[in-house]
Amino acid sequence: MKITRKDFLRISGLGLLAVAGRKAVRAVAERTSERASEQTSAPFAKQVRWGMAIDLQKCRQKDGCDRCIKACHSTHNVPQFSDRAHEVKWIWKEPFKNVFPAAQTGYTREFFGNLPVLLVCNHCDDPPCQDVCPVKATWKREDGVVTIDFHRCIGCRYCMAACPYGARSFNWLDPRPAIATVNLDFPTRTKGVVEKCNFCEERLAKGLGPACAESCEEKAIVFGDLEKPDSEVRRLLRSRFAVQRQPELGTGPAVYYIV
Amino acid sequence: MFMFEKALTGGRKYWLWITSLFLLVLAGSLCYVLQLTHGLAVTGLSRDVSWGLYIAQFTFFVGVAASAVMVVLPYYLHDYQQFGRITILGELLAVTAVTMCILFIFVDLGQPTRIVNIVLHPQPKSVMFWDMIALGGYLLMNAAIAVVTLTAQREQVPAPGWIKPVIILSIPWAIGIHTVTAFLYSGLPGRSYWLTAILAPRFLASAFASGPALLILLCLALRKLSGFDAGREAIQKLAVIVTYALAINMFLILAEVFTAFYSEIPAHEEHFEYLFIGLNGDRHLVLWMWLSTLLSGVALALLLVPKWRNNIRLLVVACVCVFVSIWLDKGLGLIVGGMAPSPLGAVTRYVPTLPESAIVLGIWASGALMITVFYKITLSVWEDN
Ligand code: SF4
Ligand code: SF4
Repeated sequence: MKITRKDFLRISGLGLLAVAGRKAVRAVAERTSERASEQTSAPFAKQVRWGMAIDLQKCRQKDGCDRCIKACHSTHNVPQFSDRAHEVKWIWKEPFKNVFPAAQTGYTREFFGNLPVLLVCNHCDDPPCQDVCPVKATWKREDGVVTIDFHRCIGCRYCMAACPYGARSFNWLDPRPAIATVNLDFPTRTKGVVEKCNFCEERLAKGLGPACAESCEEKAIVFGDLEKPDSEVRRLLRSRFAVQRQPELGTGPAVYYIV
Repeated sequence: MFMFEKALTGGRKYWLWITSLFLLVLAGSLCYVLQLTHGLAVTGLSRDVSWGLYIAQFTFFVGVAASAVMVVLPYYLHDYQQFGRITILGELLAVTAVTMCILFIFVDLGQPTRIVNIVLHPQPKSVMFWDMIALGGYLLMNAAIAVVTLTAQREQVPAPGWIKPVIILSIPWAIGIHTVTAFLYSGLPGRSYWLTAILAPRFLASAFASGPALLILLCLALRKLSGFDAGREAIQKLAVIVTYALAINMFLILAEVFTAFYSEIPAHEEHFEYLFIGLNGDRHLVLWMWLSTLLSGVALALLLVPKWRNNIRLLVVACVCVFVSIWLDKGLGLIVGGMAPSPLGAVTRYVPTLPESAIVLGIWASGALMITVFYKITLSVWEDN
């Protein structure tokens, strides 16, 4: 068959048109299907986003109370080392002036400065600890929990340098001898890996709330789904003034403090 | 191994030197075994100061490695013939320094047996991933360049043409390794001592001062020990490079100090206060930091005046001052100063322990061993010619 120049032009022109047409059709189709899925699946497919609100006033009610700390540390086999350098902790208290150095005036410091603030990992929206880990041993799950694979961590401690909240601890020595009674439902760690609060992911999987929130008699720790407008934590955050730790860093902490 | 037999001949003094280095490596290895069995608790590191001497040494030696570009660039791009011989010495120094860096990272790991995870589960978002690629590539390039050039010199033939593009690539790559190393730190939120755009330029400036200073000292040592002369003009040129780089480095540090103290933003001031004045009663780094400043000042004065710079004895003093000063600033202050005060304002004292120092010394000794063997091989090739 002989193809003339005119034929050739016609065929290639048609081809081009066909390609352009198909692209346009596909774009329209995509947009409609997107809209359709938005409408139909919205109420069901909404992601869970776990978060926490800590009522500082309620938390100070009982002087020196450390029920939540004990509950967490015994549930998760957190070793207790006496020297500060090698300390491992998932939840602990720190003076207000160290936690919110900018959120005070010279006049309030006297009263507020030394009041204890409960600290845990913030399970950030955009966690720097996840980005720096060279082996993907720490990552944010779909539900917002930032977790660690103790069997993959190489112990480089880059995540400790990257976390702007000091939430992470390293096992400088074998933790097992420093655990009073081992909870067999949760793994113990080896020396040389990093660990931190895991929002009780193992309990969430069973439909339970975090151990710290459960143990608190004052109900100072409220845990729940930040995506659900009528969850208890959302209701609380709507009605009371709450702050996050250093929100200006853009990490998006999911732990709120009601002050 | 490549012409290794040439390293096996030497006098009594040579063997004494080699043996003592081996003993240091052995002591370091034994301490490393101690660290492996007991964990990193045998070091002075803590929850607050979680990186220390190992990571600081790593950073410092990436600088030494990158500084090879200061001889490679003039020789290959500007055809500066005086650097002909020194260039190979510089490349071999880079190979040694990168190897030391890898060792420093390795001994810092809590779970060294899992190091393969870096390959099995790579995370391209992590700067450490890119640093591994940068350092690995640089090591291979420099090793290839040195081996190929030296072989060609032994056979007295021109080096094969394919090595030229590798050499050209190694120039921006050298800048790359130290930039990426700076990005390890300067991209972290909440560590205000490192969170500065001039960290990478500062790293490069301090590297181009300390690396060539070391190279000058090595060349002068070679002249004394082996009769090999790098040439007066080459040494003088290197001294000029050290002068410029040192001046730029001091300028950049001053720019940092100004920004921190004139803005009076506490988070930025604190780290400098901790290092140079002391914070919360902890002053244990103050003396070292001022010593570093003083040494930089003395070195700059000695280098700026041509008459002093051209005097070999004073040049040696200046180079030692530069090297020690930058080692203190980068191999000690940079990491510890960035970690204290901690994000929660805690000032935790960090003092390297004996095993930790022995491990560091062991790695230094293995570096010295490598450089001795490399230079010995190179010099015997040149002598044979
Ligand atoms: S608080 Fe720290 S450890 Fe927790 S998610 Fe945020 S950056 Fe990571
Ligand atoms: S210490 Fe472990 S979790 Fe942290 S960055 Fe390194 S490998 Fe990842």
